[in-house]
Amino acid sequence: MNDILLKALYTLISLFVITNYGLLLGGTMARVRAKVQGRIGQPVWQPYIDIIKNNFKRTGIYHGVMFYLGPVFRLAGGLGTYLFIPAVYGSVVFANFSFSGDLLLVMYFIFFGQLGMALGAGQSGHPYSPLGVGRGLAQMAAFEVPFSLSIIAIAAQYQTLSITELVAAQQGGIMNWIAFTNPLAMIAAMISFLGMSMGNPFSVVIAPQEIPIGPPTEMQSSFLGMLQTNRAIFNGAKLVLFMNLYFGGAASIWVMVIKTFLIYLYTVIVGASFPRFRVDQSIRFFLGIPTLIGIAAVVLQML
Amino acid sequence: MSDSNKQIDEIASQMKMANDGLSEQDKAYFCDTRPHAVEPYKGILEKFANWARSQSLWILGFGTGCGAIELRPLMTSRYDMYRYGIQPRPTPRQACVFVIGGYASVKTAKRIVRSYEQMQGPKFVLGLGSCTVNGGMYWDSYNTINRLDHYIPVDVYITGCMPRPEALLAGFNTLKGMIREGKAEGMNKYIENFDWYKANQKKIIKDWNMPDYNW
Repeated sequence: MNDILLKALYTLISLFVITNYGLLLGGTMARVRAKVQGRIGQPVWQPYIDIIKNNFKRTGIYHGVMFYLGPVFRLAGGLGTYLFIPAVYGSVVFANFSFSGDLLLVMYFIFFGQLGMALGAGQSGHPYSPLGVGRGLAQMAAFEVPFSLSIIAIAAQYQTLSITELVAAQQGGIMNWIAFTNPLAMIAAMISFLGMSMGNPFSVVIAPQEIPIGPPTEMQSSFLGMLQTNRAIFNGAKLVLFMNLYFGGAASIWVMVIKTFLIYLYTVIVGASFPRFRVDQSIRFFLGIPTLIGIAAVVLQML
Repeated sequence: MSDSNKQIDEIASQMKMANDGLSEQDKAYFCDTRPHAVEPYKGILEKFANWARSQSLWILGFGTGCGAIELRPLMTSRYDMYRYGIQPRPTPRQACVFVIGGYASVKTAKRIVRSYEQMQGPKFVLGLGSCTVNGGMYWDSYNTINRLDHYIPVDVYITGCMPRPEALLAGFNTLKGMIREGKAEGMNKYIENFDWYKANQKKIIKDWNMPDYNW
Protein backbone atom coordinates (compact mmCIF):
# COMPACT_ATOMS: atom_id res chain seq x y z
CA MET A 1 0.00 0.00 0.00
CA ASN A 2 2.78 2.39 0.96
CA ASP A 3 4.52 1.65 -2.31
CA ILE A 4 1.45 2.72 -4.25
CA LEU A 5 1.11 5.95 -2.26
CA LEU A 6 4.80 6.67 -2.71
CA LYS A 7 4.50 6.05 -6.44
CA ALA A 8 1.50 8.38 -6.60
CA LEU A 9 3.50 11.06 -4.80
CA TYR A 10 6.43 10.61 -7.17
CA THR A 11 4.08 10.82 -10.15
CA LEU A 12 2.61 14.07 -8.88
CA ILE A 13 6.08 15.54 -8.33
CA SER A 14 7.13 14.43 -11.80
CA LEU A 15 4.00 15.94 -13.38
CA PHE A 16 4.41 19.18 -11.43
CA VAL A 17 7.99 19.54 -12.62
CA ILE A 18 7.24 18.78 -16.27
CA THR A 19 4.19 21.09 -16.36
CA ASN A 20 6.11 24.03 -14.97
CA TYR A 21 9.14 23.23 -17.07
CA GLY A 22 7.00 23.00 -20.21
CA LEU A 23 5.27 26.32 -19.47
CA LEU A 24 8.54 28.14 -18.73
CA LEU A 25 10.13 26.60 -21.81
CA GLY A 26 7.23 27.82 -23.94
CA GLY A 27 7.60 31.33 -22.51
CA THR A 28 11.37 31.32 -22.98
CA MET A 29 11.15 30.17 -26.57
CA ALA A 30 8.54 32.83 -27.38
CA ARG A 31 11.08 35.31 -26.11
CA VAL A 32 13.87 33.77 -28.18
CA ARG A 33 11.64 34.05 -31.26
CA ALA A 34 10.93 37.69 -30.38
CA LYS A 35 14.66 38.42 -30.14
CA VAL A 36 15.15 36.95 -33.62
CA GLN A 37 12.48 39.35 -34.88
CA GLY A 38 14.09 42.30 -33.07
CA ARG A 39 11.35 42.57 -30.44
CA ILE A 40 11.44 42.42 -26.67
CA GLY A 41 8.76 39.81 -26.54
CA GLN A 42 6.30 38.59 -23.97
CA PRO A 43 7.31 37.92 -20.36
CA VAL A 44 8.62 34.42 -19.68
CA TRP A 45 5.67 33.77 -17.34
CA GLN A 46 3.05 34.82 -19.92
CA PRO A 47 1.81 31.20 -20.46
CA TYR A 48 0.89 31.02 -16.74
CA ILE A 49 -1.09 34.26 -16.92
CA ASP A 50 -2.90 33.12 -20.08
CA ILE A 51 -3.94 29.87 -18.41
CA ILE A 52 -5.07 31.64 -15.24
CA LYS A 53 -7.06 34.14 -17.29
CA ASN A 54 -8.72 31.44 -19.37
CA ASN A 55 -9.70 29.50 -16.27
CA PHE A 56 -11.14 32.68 -14.70
CA LYS A 57 -13.47 33.36 -17.65
CA ARG A 58 -17.01 33.89 -16.39
CA THR A 59 -18.82 32.13 -19.20
CA GLY A 60 -18.21 29.08 -21.36
CA ILE A 61 -20.12 27.57 -24.23
CA TYR A 62 -21.05 23.92 -24.16
CA HIS A 63 -21.66 21.94 -27.34
CA GLY A 64 -22.24 18.42 -26.03
CA VAL A 65 -20.56 15.59 -24.16
CA MET A 66 -17.84 14.96 -26.74
CA PHE A 67 -16.98 18.65 -26.69
CA TYR A 68 -16.24 18.31 -22.97
CA LEU A 69 -14.30 15.11 -23.49
CA GLY A 70 -12.14 16.45 -26.36
CA PRO A 71 -9.78 18.49 -24.16
CA VAL A 72 -9.90 15.71 -21.53
CA PHE A 73 -8.72 13.16 -24.10
CA ARG A 74 -6.07 15.59 -25.25
CA LEU A 75 -4.84 15.99 -21.68
CA ALA A 76 -4.96 12.22 -21.20
CA GLY A 77 -2.84 11.89 -24.35
CA GLY A 78 -0.30 14.37 -22.98
CA LEU A 79 -0.20 12.76 -19.52
CA GLY A 80 -0.06 9.26 -21.03
CA THR A 81 2.84 10.21 -23.25
CA TYR A 82 4.78 11.66 -20.37
CA LEU A 83 3.96 9.08 -17.72
CA PHE A 84 5.35 6.17 -19.71
CA ILE A 85 8.69 7.83 -20.43
CA PRO A 86 11.46 7.63 -17.83
CA ALA A 87 12.37 11.31 -17.57
CA VAL A 88 15.63 10.96 -15.66
CA TYR A 89 17.69 7.79 -16.03
CA GLY A 90 18.27 6.01 -12.72
CA SER A 91 15.99 8.35 -10.74
CA VAL A 92 13.20 6.78 -8.71
CA VAL A 93 11.07 9.94 -8.66
CA PHE A 94 11.27 10.60 -12.40
CA ALA A 95 11.16 6.96 -13.57
CA ASN A 96 7.39 7.29 -14.08
CA PHE A 97 5.66 4.10 -15.26
CA SER A 98 8.24 2.93 -17.79
CA PHE A 99 8.25 -0.80 -18.53
CA SER A 100 9.51 -3.04 -21.30
CA GLY A 101 7.75 -2.20 -24.55
CA ASP A 102 6.74 1.28 -23.45
CA LEU A 103 8.03 2.81 -26.68
CA LEU A 104 5.06 1.44 -28.62
CA LEU A 105 2.62 2.71 -26.00
CA VAL A 106 4.19 6.16 -26.10
CA MET A 107 3.90 6.27 -29.89
CA TYR A 108 0.23 5.36 -29.53
CA PHE A 109 -0.34 8.05 -26.91
CA ILE A 110 1.16 10.70 -29.18
CA PHE A 111 -1.71 9.95 -31.58
CA PHE A 112 -4.40 9.37 -28.94
CA GLY A 113 -4.89 12.98 -27.91
CA GLN A 114 -5.31 14.14 -31.49
CA LEU A 115 -8.04 11.60 -32.13
CA GLY A 116 -9.95 12.57 -28.98
CA MET A 117 -9.61 16.20 -29.93
CA ALA A 118 -10.96 15.39 -33.39
CA LEU A 119 -14.18 14.05 -31.87
CA GLY A 120 -14.54 17.06 -29.55
CA ALA A 121 -13.82 19.57 -32.28
CA GLY A 122 -16.27 17.79 -34.57
CA GLN A 123 -19.11 18.23 -32.10
CA SER A 124 -18.52 21.96 -31.81
CA GLY A 125 -20.19 22.23 -35.21
CA HIS A 126 -17.84 24.92 -36.42
CA PRO A 127 -16.78 24.22 -40.01
CA TYR A 128 -13.19 25.30 -39.35
CA SER A 129 -12.72 22.73 -36.57
CA PRO A 130 -13.01 19.55 -38.68
CA LEU A 131 -11.04 21.34 -41.37
CA GLY A 132 -8.26 21.95 -38.87
CA VAL A 133 -8.49 18.39 -37.54
CA GLY A 134 -8.30 16.98 -41.08
CA ARG A 135 -5.26 19.07 -41.86
CA GLY A 136 -3.64 18.20 -38.54
CA LEU A 137 -4.18 14.47 -38.85
CA ALA A 138 -2.98 14.47 -42.47
CA GLN A 139 0.23 16.19 -41.47
CA MET A 140 0.57 13.92 -38.46
CA ALA A 141 0.20 10.77 -40.54
CA ALA A 142 2.95 12.12 -42.80
CA PHE A 143 5.52 12.88 -40.09
CA GLU A 144 4.80 9.61 -38.29
CA VAL A 145 6.29 7.74 -41.28
CA PRO A 146 9.94 8.87 -40.88
CA PHE A 147 9.55 8.73 -37.08
CA SER A 148 8.24 5.14 -37.15
CA LEU A 149 11.00 4.08 -39.55
CA SER A 150 13.54 5.62 -37.21
CA ILE A 151 12.04 3.75 -34.22
CA ILE A 152 12.10 0.48 -36.20
CA ALA A 153 15.77 1.08 -37.02
CA ILE A 154 16.83 1.68 -33.42
CA ALA A 155 14.63 -1.14 -32.10
CA ALA A 156 16.35 -3.49 -34.57
CA GLN A 157 19.74 -2.13 -33.63
CA TYR A 158 19.33 -2.59 -29.87
CA GLN A 159 16.80 -5.45 -29.94
CA THR A 160 14.48 -3.73 -27.48
CA LEU A 161 11.36 -1.57 -27.30
CA SER A 162 12.01 -0.36 -23.78
CA ILE A 163 13.04 3.27 -23.43
CA THR A 164 14.93 2.57 -20.19
CA GLU A 165 17.01 -0.14 -21.92
CA LEU A 166 17.69 2.15 -24.85
CA VAL A 167 18.92 4.84 -22.46
CA ALA A 168 21.01 2.28 -20.60
CA ALA A 169 22.61 1.20 -23.87
CA GLN A 170 23.65 4.79 -24.59
CA GLN A 171 25.50 5.35 -21.30
CA GLY A 172 29.27 5.64 -21.10
CA GLY A 173 30.20 8.51 -23.36
CA ILE A 174 28.88 10.74 -26.06
CA MET A 175 29.87 8.32 -28.85
CA ASN A 176 27.40 5.76 -27.46
CA TRP A 177 24.45 8.03 -28.18
CA ILE A 178 22.14 6.76 -30.89
CA ALA A 179 22.70 10.14 -32.58
CA PHE A 180 26.22 8.84 -33.32
CA THR A 181 25.71 5.07 -33.51
CA ASN A 182 22.76 5.47 -35.90
CA PRO A 183 22.88 8.99 -37.34
CA LEU A 184 20.41 8.26 -40.15
CA ALA A 185 17.70 7.26 -37.68
CA MET A 186 18.42 10.40 -35.65
CA ILE A 187 18.19 12.67 -38.72
CA ALA A 188 14.88 11.15 -39.87
CA ALA A 189 13.42 11.47 -36.37
CA MET A 190 14.65 14.99 -35.79
CA ILE A 191 13.07 16.14 -39.06
CA SER A 192 9.79 14.53 -38.06
CA PHE A 193 10.17 16.19 -34.64
CA LEU A 194 9.85 19.55 -36.40
CA GLY A 195 6.39 18.48 -37.53
CA MET A 196 5.55 17.00 -34.17
CA SER A 197 6.38 20.20 -32.31
CA MET A 198 4.11 22.11 -34.72
CA GLY A 199 6.48 25.05 -35.01
CA ASN A 200 7.29 26.71 -38.30
CA PRO A 201 7.48 25.54 -41.08
CA PHE A 202 4.78 23.03 -40.06
CA SER A 203 2.65 25.36 -37.95
CA VAL A 204 -0.15 25.99 -40.42
CA VAL A 205 -2.51 23.60 -38.61
CA ILE A 206 -2.65 25.48 -35.34
CA ALA A 207 -1.22 28.90 -36.19
CA PRO A 208 -3.21 31.52 -34.28
CA GLN A 209 -2.68 33.96 -37.12
CA GLU A 210 -4.55 31.73 -39.57
CA ILE A 211 -8.25 32.41 -39.74
CA PRO A 212 -9.06 28.72 -39.35
CA ILE A 213 -7.05 28.33 -36.15
CA GLY A 214 -7.54 24.61 -36.40
CA PRO A 215 -9.09 22.13 -33.99
CA PRO A 216 -9.45 24.57 -31.07
CA THR A 217 -11.55 27.13 -33.03
CA GLU A 218 -14.53 26.71 -30.70
CA MET A 219 -12.56 25.91 -27.55
CA GLN A 220 -12.78 28.74 -25.04
CA SER A 221 -12.49 29.55 -21.36
CA SER A 222 -11.36 26.62 -19.26
CA PHE A 223 -11.45 24.24 -22.24
CA LEU A 224 -8.71 26.34 -23.78
CA GLY A 225 -6.93 26.59 -20.43
CA MET A 226 -6.84 22.79 -20.29
CA LEU A 227 -5.50 22.56 -23.84
CA GLN A 228 -2.77 25.08 -23.01
CA THR A 229 -1.76 23.12 -19.92
CA ASN A 230 -1.67 19.98 -22.00
CA ARG A 231 0.48 21.62 -24.62
CA ALA A 232 3.14 22.34 -22.00
CA ILE A 233 3.06 18.74 -20.70
CA PHE A 234 2.99 17.25 -24.20
CA ASN A 235 5.89 19.40 -25.35
CA GLY A 236 7.92 18.42 -22.32
CA ALA A 237 7.08 14.75 -22.88
CA LYS A 238 8.14 14.81 -26.53
CA LEU A 239 11.38 16.59 -25.71
CA VAL A 240 12.18 14.05 -23.00
CA LEU A 241 11.33 11.20 -25.40
CA PHE A 242 13.69 12.47 -28.09
CA MET A 243 16.40 13.13 -25.52
CA ASN A 244 16.06 9.55 -24.28
CA LEU A 245 15.96 7.99 -27.72
CA TYR A 246 18.77 9.81 -29.50
CA PHE A 247 20.81 11.91 -27.08
CA GLY A 248 21.73 9.53 -24.31
CA GLY A 249 18.96 10.35 -21.80
CA ALA A 250 19.73 12.31 -18.66
CA ALA A 251 21.37 11.19 -15.44
CA SER A 252 20.12 14.22 -13.50
CA ILE A 253 17.37 16.76 -13.85
CA TRP A 254 19.85 19.49 -14.82
CA VAL A 255 21.21 17.44 -17.70
CA MET A 256 17.60 16.88 -18.77
CA VAL A 257 16.90 20.60 -18.68
CA ILE A 258 19.97 21.45 -20.76
CA LYS A 259 19.44 18.73 -23.35
CA THR A 260 15.71 19.32 -23.81
CA PHE A 261 16.31 23.07 -23.99
CA LEU A 262 18.79 22.55 -26.82
CA ILE A 263 16.46 20.17 -28.67
CA TYR A 264 13.65 22.71 -28.42
CA LEU A 265 16.00 25.52 -29.44
CA TYR A 266 16.75 23.57 -32.62
CA THR A 267 13.05 23.58 -33.59
CA VAL A 268 12.85 27.31 -32.81
CA ILE A 269 15.92 28.08 -34.93
CA VAL A 270 14.45 26.14 -37.85
CA GLY A 271 11.10 27.84 -37.27
CA ALA A 272 12.64 31.31 -37.20
CA SER A 273 14.54 30.61 -40.41
CA PHE A 274 11.89 29.13 -42.66
CA PRO A 275 8.43 30.27 -43.72
CA ARG A 276 5.34 28.16 -43.28
CA PHE A 277 4.52 25.18 -45.50
CA ARG A 278 0.99 24.56 -46.65
CA VAL A 279 -0.34 21.20 -45.47
CA ASP A 280 0.00 19.51 -48.87
CA GLN A 281 3.57 20.80 -49.14
CA SER A 282 4.50 19.50 -45.70
CA ILE A 283 3.02 16.08 -46.47
CA ARG A 284 5.07 15.89 -49.68
CA PHE A 285 8.11 17.01 -47.71
CA PHE A 286 7.79 14.34 -44.99
CA LEU A 287 7.08 11.58 -47.47
CA GLY A 288 10.14 12.58 -49.50
CA ILE A 289 13.68 12.82 -48.21
CA PRO A 290 12.99 12.20 -44.48
CA THR A 291 11.18 8.96 -45.34
CA LEU A 292 14.05 7.89 -47.64
CA ILE A 293 16.53 8.59 -44.82
CA GLY A 294 14.35 6.51 -42.49
CA ILE A 295 14.22 3.65 -44.99
CA ALA A 296 17.99 3.83 -45.39
CA ALA A 297 18.38 3.60 -41.59
CA VAL A 298 16.19 0.48 -41.49
CA VAL A 299 17.91 -1.13 -44.49
CA LEU A 300 21.34 -0.56 -42.93
CA GLN A 301 20.19 -2.47 -39.84
CA MET A 302 18.94 -5.33 -41.98
CA LEU A 303 22.22 -5.74 -43.86
CA MET B 1 -52.79 23.88 -14.32
CA SER B 2 -52.33 25.50 -10.91
CA ASP B 3 -51.58 29.20 -10.49
CA SER B 4 -48.02 28.65 -9.37
CA ASN B 5 -47.33 26.53 -12.46
CA LYS B 6 -48.80 29.27 -14.65
CA GLN B 7 -46.54 31.80 -12.98
CA ILE B 8 -43.51 29.59 -13.56
CA ASP B 9 -44.47 29.25 -17.23
CA GLU B 10 -44.90 33.00 -17.56
CA ILE B 11 -41.51 33.70 -16.01
CA ALA B 12 -39.95 31.04 -18.21
CA SER B 13 -41.45 32.59 -21.34
CA GLN B 14 -40.12 35.99 -20.26
CA MET B 15 -36.67 34.45 -19.91
CA LYS B 16 -36.83 33.25 -23.52
CA MET B 17 -35.98 35.40 -26.48
CA ALA B 18 -38.44 35.65 -29.37
CA ASN B 19 -35.82 35.19 -32.11
CA ASP B 20 -38.29 36.80 -34.51
CA GLY B 21 -35.68 37.29 -37.19
CA LEU B 22 -35.38 33.56 -37.75
CA SER B 23 -37.67 31.36 -39.80
CA GLU B 24 -39.66 28.69 -37.94
CA GLN B 25 -37.33 26.05 -39.35
CA ASP B 26 -34.18 27.87 -38.21
CA LYS B 27 -35.49 28.58 -34.70
CA ALA B 28 -34.80 25.00 -33.71
CA TYR B 29 -31.10 25.43 -34.42
CA PHE B 30 -30.54 28.43 -32.15
CA CYS B 31 -30.58 28.91 -28.40
CA ASP B 32 -33.37 31.19 -27.17
CA THR B 33 -32.25 31.58 -23.57
CA ARG B 34 -31.58 35.13 -22.46
CA PRO B 35 -28.03 35.84 -21.30
CA HIS B 36 -27.64 36.43 -17.59
CA ALA B 37 -25.20 38.66 -15.74
CA VAL B 38 -22.43 36.97 -13.77
CA GLU B 39 -21.49 38.53 -10.46
CA PRO B 40 -17.77 39.11 -9.92
CA TYR B 41 -16.05 37.17 -7.17
CA LYS B 42 -15.49 38.91 -3.87
CA GLY B 43 -12.24 40.30 -2.48
CA ILE B 44 -8.77 39.11 -3.26
CA LEU B 45 -9.86 36.38 -5.68
CA GLU B 46 -11.47 38.90 -8.03
CA LYS B 47 -8.44 41.18 -7.70
CA PHE B 48 -6.17 38.30 -8.70
CA ALA B 49 -8.47 37.36 -11.60
CA ASN B 50 -8.56 40.97 -12.75
CA TRP B 51 -4.79 41.19 -12.61
CA ALA B 52 -4.52 38.08 -14.81
CA ARG B 53 -7.17 39.46 -17.19
CA SER B 54 -5.32 42.75 -17.50
CA GLN B 55 -2.00 41.02 -18.18
CA SER B 56 -3.38 38.76 -20.90
CA LEU B 57 -5.44 40.74 -23.40
CA TRP B 58 -6.29 38.76 -26.49
CA ILE B 59 -7.52 40.94 -29.32
CA LEU B 60 -10.13 39.69 -31.72
CA GLY B 61 -8.25 39.97 -34.98
CA PHE B 62 -11.18 41.21 -37.07
CA GLY B 63 -10.68 44.49 -38.88
CA THR B 64 -14.04 46.25 -38.76
CA GLY B 65 -13.05 49.50 -40.46
CA CYS B 66 -10.14 51.50 -41.86
CA GLY B 67 -8.66 51.86 -38.35
CA ALA B 68 -7.75 48.18 -38.40
CA ILE B 69 -4.65 49.25 -40.32
CA GLU B 70 -3.33 50.65 -37.02
CA LEU B 71 -3.58 47.24 -35.34
CA ARG B 72 -1.01 45.58 -37.61
CA PRO B 73 1.98 47.77 -36.68
CA LEU B 74 1.42 46.78 -33.05
CA MET B 75 2.76 43.31 -33.86
CA THR B 76 5.96 44.65 -35.41
CA SER B 77 9.24 45.08 -33.60
CA ARG B 78 8.73 48.84 -33.37
CA TYR B 79 5.65 48.66 -31.14
CA ASP B 80 5.73 45.04 -29.95
CA MET B 81 2.41 44.65 -28.14
CA TYR B 82 3.41 41.14 -26.96
CA ARG B 83 5.53 42.64 -24.19
CA TYR B 84 2.31 43.98 -22.61
CA GLY B 85 0.67 40.57 -22.81
CA ILE B 86 -1.44 41.59 -25.81
CA GLN B 87 -1.79 39.18 -28.71
CA PRO B 88 -4.23 38.62 -31.56
CA ARG B 89 -6.63 35.67 -31.70
CA PRO B 90 -8.53 34.75 -34.84
CA THR B 91 -11.73 33.51 -33.22
CA PRO B 92 -14.18 35.47 -31.05
CA ARG B 93 -14.49 32.50 -28.69
CA GLN B 94 -10.95 32.95 -27.44
CA ALA B 95 -10.61 36.72 -27.64
CA CYS B 96 -11.39 39.15 -24.82
CA VAL B 97 -10.76 42.57 -26.36
CA PHE B 98 -12.68 43.78 -29.39
CA VAL B 99 -11.02 46.72 -31.10
CA ILE B 100 -13.59 48.50 -33.27
CA GLY B 101 -11.44 49.90 -36.03
CA GLY B 102 -13.03 53.23 -36.85
CA TYR B 103 -16.32 53.80 -38.62
CA ALA B 104 -18.89 51.04 -38.44
CA SER B 105 -21.24 50.83 -41.38
CA VAL B 106 -24.65 49.29 -40.72
CA LYS B 107 -23.54 46.16 -42.53
CA THR B 108 -20.45 45.88 -40.30
CA ALA B 109 -22.44 46.75 -37.17
CA LYS B 110 -24.38 43.53 -37.61
CA ARG B 111 -21.11 41.56 -37.67
CA ILE B 112 -19.80 43.55 -34.72
CA VAL B 113 -22.85 42.61 -32.65
CA ARG B 114 -22.55 38.97 -33.67
CA SER B 115 -18.84 38.76 -32.89
CA TYR B 116 -19.19 40.68 -29.63
CA GLU B 117 -21.89 38.34 -28.38
CA GLN B 118 -19.88 35.27 -29.28
CA MET B 119 -16.95 36.39 -27.14
CA GLN B 120 -16.77 34.88 -23.67
CA GLY B 121 -16.96 37.20 -20.71
CA PRO B 122 -15.49 39.24 -19.25
CA LYS B 123 -14.92 41.06 -22.52
CA PHE B 124 -13.77 44.56 -23.29
CA VAL B 125 -14.28 46.95 -26.18
CA LEU B 126 -11.88 49.60 -27.44
CA GLY B 127 -13.38 52.22 -29.73
CA LEU B 128 -10.62 53.27 -32.09
CA GLY B 129 -10.87 56.61 -33.87
CA SER B 130 -13.26 59.53 -33.72
CA CYS B 131 -15.86 57.69 -35.80
CA THR B 132 -16.70 55.44 -32.87
CA VAL B 133 -17.26 58.45 -30.58
CA ASN B 134 -19.61 60.55 -32.71
CA GLY B 135 -19.37 59.37 -36.29
CA GLY B 136 -16.33 61.52 -37.08
CA MET B 137 -16.20 62.49 -40.72
CA TYR B 138 -19.10 60.12 -41.39
CA TRP B 139 -21.41 61.79 -38.85
CA ASP B 140 -24.11 62.51 -41.45
CA SER B 141 -23.59 59.39 -43.53
CA TYR B 142 -26.75 57.47 -44.36
CA ASN B 143 -25.08 54.14 -43.76
CA THR B 144 -22.81 54.58 -40.74
CA ILE B 145 -23.61 54.44 -37.05
CA ASN B 146 -22.61 57.49 -35.08
CA ARG B 147 -22.29 56.43 -31.47
CA LEU B 148 -20.87 52.98 -30.97
CA ASP B 149 -21.92 52.78 -27.32
CA HIS B 150 -25.57 52.81 -28.32
CA TYR B 151 -25.05 49.33 -29.76
CA ILE B 152 -22.39 47.67 -27.60
CA PRO B 153 -20.81 48.90 -24.35
CA VAL B 154 -17.44 50.56 -24.91
CA ASP B 155 -14.77 50.62 -22.22
CA VAL B 156 -12.15 52.94 -23.70
CA TYR B 157 -12.29 55.39 -26.60
CA ILE B 158 -9.15 56.36 -28.47
CA THR B 159 -9.80 59.53 -30.41
CA GLY B 160 -8.05 60.69 -33.55
CA CYS B 161 -8.32 60.10 -37.24
CA MET B 162 -6.27 57.90 -37.37
CA PRO B 163 -4.86 57.53 -33.87
CA ARG B 164 -1.24 56.38 -34.02
CA PRO B 165 -0.30 52.90 -32.74
CA GLU B 166 1.21 54.63 -29.69
CA ALA B 167 -2.24 56.02 -28.90
CA LEU B 168 -3.65 52.52 -29.25
CA LEU B 169 -1.05 51.20 -26.80
CA ALA B 170 -1.90 54.03 -24.40
CA GLY B 171 -5.55 53.01 -24.74
CA PHE B 172 -4.65 49.43 -23.90
CA ASN B 173 -2.80 50.61 -20.80
CA THR B 174 -5.84 52.63 -19.72
CA LEU B 175 -7.98 49.55 -20.22
CA LYS B 176 -5.54 47.51 -18.13
CA GLY B 177 -5.88 50.01 -15.30
CA MET B 178 -9.67 49.86 -15.55
CA ILE B 179 -9.68 46.05 -15.50
CA ARG B 180 -7.44 45.97 -12.44
CA GLU B 181 -9.75 48.39 -10.63
CA GLY B 182 -12.74 46.24 -11.57
CA LYS B 183 -14.35 49.03 -13.61
CA ALA B 184 -14.45 47.20 -16.95
CA GLU B 185 -17.78 45.44 -16.47
CA GLY B 186 -19.08 46.07 -19.99
CA MET B 187 -20.47 42.59 -20.42
CA ASN B 188 -22.70 42.80 -17.36
CA LYS B 189 -23.77 46.28 -18.44
CA TYR B 190 -24.75 44.86 -21.83
CA ILE B 191 -26.81 42.11 -20.26
CA GLU B 192 -28.48 44.33 -17.67
CA ASN B 193 -29.54 46.76 -20.42
CA PHE B 194 -30.09 44.01 -22.95
CA ASP B 195 -33.48 45.19 -24.20
CA TRP B 196 -32.26 48.76 -24.73
CA TYR B 197 -29.21 47.60 -26.71
CA LYS B 198 -31.33 45.18 -28.76
CA ALA B 199 -33.88 47.87 -29.58
CA ASN B 200 -31.09 50.20 -30.75
CA GLN B 201 -29.49 47.46 -32.81
CA LYS B 202 -32.75 46.43 -34.44
CA LYS B 203 -33.54 50.05 -35.25
CA ILE B 204 -30.60 50.24 -37.64
CA ILE B 205 -30.11 46.62 -38.73
CA LYS B 206 -33.09 46.04 -41.00
CA ASP B 207 -32.19 42.55 -42.28
CA TRP B 208 -32.15 40.96 -38.83
CA ASN B 209 -31.80 37.29 -39.74
CA MET B 210 -29.93 36.06 -36.69
CA PRO B 211 -30.97 35.03 -33.18
CA ASP B 212 -31.49 37.80 -30.63
CA TYR B 213 -28.37 36.73 -28.76
CA ASN B 214 -25.58 34.90 -30.55
CA TRP B 215 -24.56 32.36 -27.96
